Amino acid sequence: MKRPTELELGKQETNHLIKEKNMELLTTNNVWMMLCAALVFFMHLGFSFLEIGLTRQKNTINILFKNFFIITMGLIMYCLIGFNLMYPGEFNIIGGGYLGFAGFGLDAAAAADLTYNEGYTYWTDFLFQGMFAATAGTIISGAVAERIKISSFMLITLIYVSIVYPIVGSWQWGSGFLSTLTDNVGFYDFAGSTLVHSVGGWGALVVIYILGARKGKFDSDGKPQAIPGSNIPLSAAGVLILWLGWFGFNGGSVLSADPANTSLVLVTTCLAASAGGFGATFFSGLLYKNLDITMFMNGILGGLVGITAGADQMSPTDAIIIGTIGGVIVVLGVSLLDKAKLDDPVGAIPVHLFAGIWGTLAVGIFGASAGFDQFMVQLASVGIVGIFCVICTTIITLLIKSIAGLRVAEKEELDGLDITEHGTGAYADFAMK
Amino acid sequence: MKKIEAIIRKAKFDEVLEALHQIEVNFFCYWDVTGRGNEKIGKVYRGISYSTKDIERTFLSIVVSDSFVDKTIKAITDSGATGEIGDGKIFIYNCEEAYRIRTGETGNQSFN
Repeated sequence: MKRPTELELGKQETNHLIKEKNMELLTTNNVWMMLCAALVFFMHLGFSFLEIGLTRQKNTINILFKNFFIITMGLIMYCLIGFNLMYPGEFNIIGGGYLGFAGFGLDAAAAADLTYNEGYTYWTDFLFQGMFAATAGTIISGAVAERIKISSFMLITLIYVSIVYPIVGSWQWGSGFLSTLTDNVGFYDFAGSTLVHSVGGWGALVVIYILGARKGKFDSDGKPQAIPGSNIPLSAAGVLILWLGWFGFNGGSVLSADPANTSLVLVTTCLAASAGGFGATFFSGLLYKNLDITMFMNGILGGLVGITAGADQMSPTDAIIIGTIGGVIVVLGVSLLDKAKLDDPVGAIPVHLFAGIWGTLAVGIFGASAGFDQFMVQLASVGIVGIFCVICTTIITLLIKSIAGLRVAEKEELDGLDITEHGTGAYADFAMK
Repeated sequence: MKKIEAIIRKAKFDEVLEALHQIEVNFFCYWDVTGRGNEKIGKVYRGISYSTKDIERTFLSIVVSDSFVDKTIKAITDSGATGEIGDGKIFIYNCEEAYRIRTGETGNQSFN
């Protein structure tokens, strides 16, 4: 065996050093990404609390059941189908970036390769993305609360989370056709104002349109009535948990622990949340002469959803403007839904759909990639995703409606879904009206 | 013996309690009630204005000997009034008998 020369020895040493350094970097990045996955997981508690607090006590168990179902089955379905539908590698079913599928289940061989990505391992990638996927289903849960049949809800969200969401995601994050929509400009959606929030929002809009409003939400003249939430402090906890979760939702979407980018993203995210709360409170105060805490809370979420598409593109000032407008849009959205006779108890559609569209378009108006071409690409992508989601949800919902029915009976709705669908109440020994 | 029922403002509860204590009426029950009256309360929820006639008050149930009736009523009206609509009501009933469960004492003895 030939002994290595001194020069070759030096090279080996350098290679070794580079390898060790990369390994250290991967470890650091990966820890951050796992933390972010955990934060996004925590958002499911936030969604549950928000929804419980803004609805009536008689439906609490039903809401918890829906949220548990989404996170558990959502993760399993994302493992079996979703992940490989969203990141197919090559679009082998409909070429050109429309539809691809890399097979069922996770790939342990791919996971063994630590050069998979410099920011995270294969396992972390799956878990982080899986937490995102479940979020899209949770958005529907809030909007349809207090009147949907639990079995039908489970079917709708199951199909939505395991098929519709990953297909839309693959068009952009899986390097599909949206990411290269025109020759020089591609769609930009940093952490999913459109791909996560609007996808959930479109689904919610279609389902509540077909489902109809809660009994008592509109009187015989069609005038909207207030159905006050049962536990505002719980909702407040939910909103702050969601805000915390967004540190992971946006912070993790950098896809590494890159010091400059992650810090900037956390700053823009938090500023937009603050501005959204301010915008909604100030605007609803002017409009209704009342300081409404539920608008404050929805406004914060509107600001968060708004910044999500361009959190790494914006300056702090941009973030404040985007957040403020997001908050105003949420207030207008709530009143628009009331006028359209659509019943969304928690404001999921103003927050996730309307503010999501705004945030997506804002990438073409503010920040690093602003410009007319970018704006048009953002607008086109919002439209394409919207049309696809509306068509898919309409088909799924009408199909399930014709097979199993969509709504509980009127008596069940009045008695509350806890006792009729789940056989018990949430606070058995604690009576309240 | 008379049973005195009083429906008073929640905000006046502490003052009424103190006034009753001053005249040495120390035994009674109370609970929060919701009822209806002339008053209307305007509320706003998520941009929808609505008004409710559901009014929250505190309900007192006091049993006293006949000689205490007048000063109890005076104590409640003096301490519970604001002069505005919604100060509440007082109702007086005859009480047939009273027992102290521990000793079996009856009548005035049972609550003095």
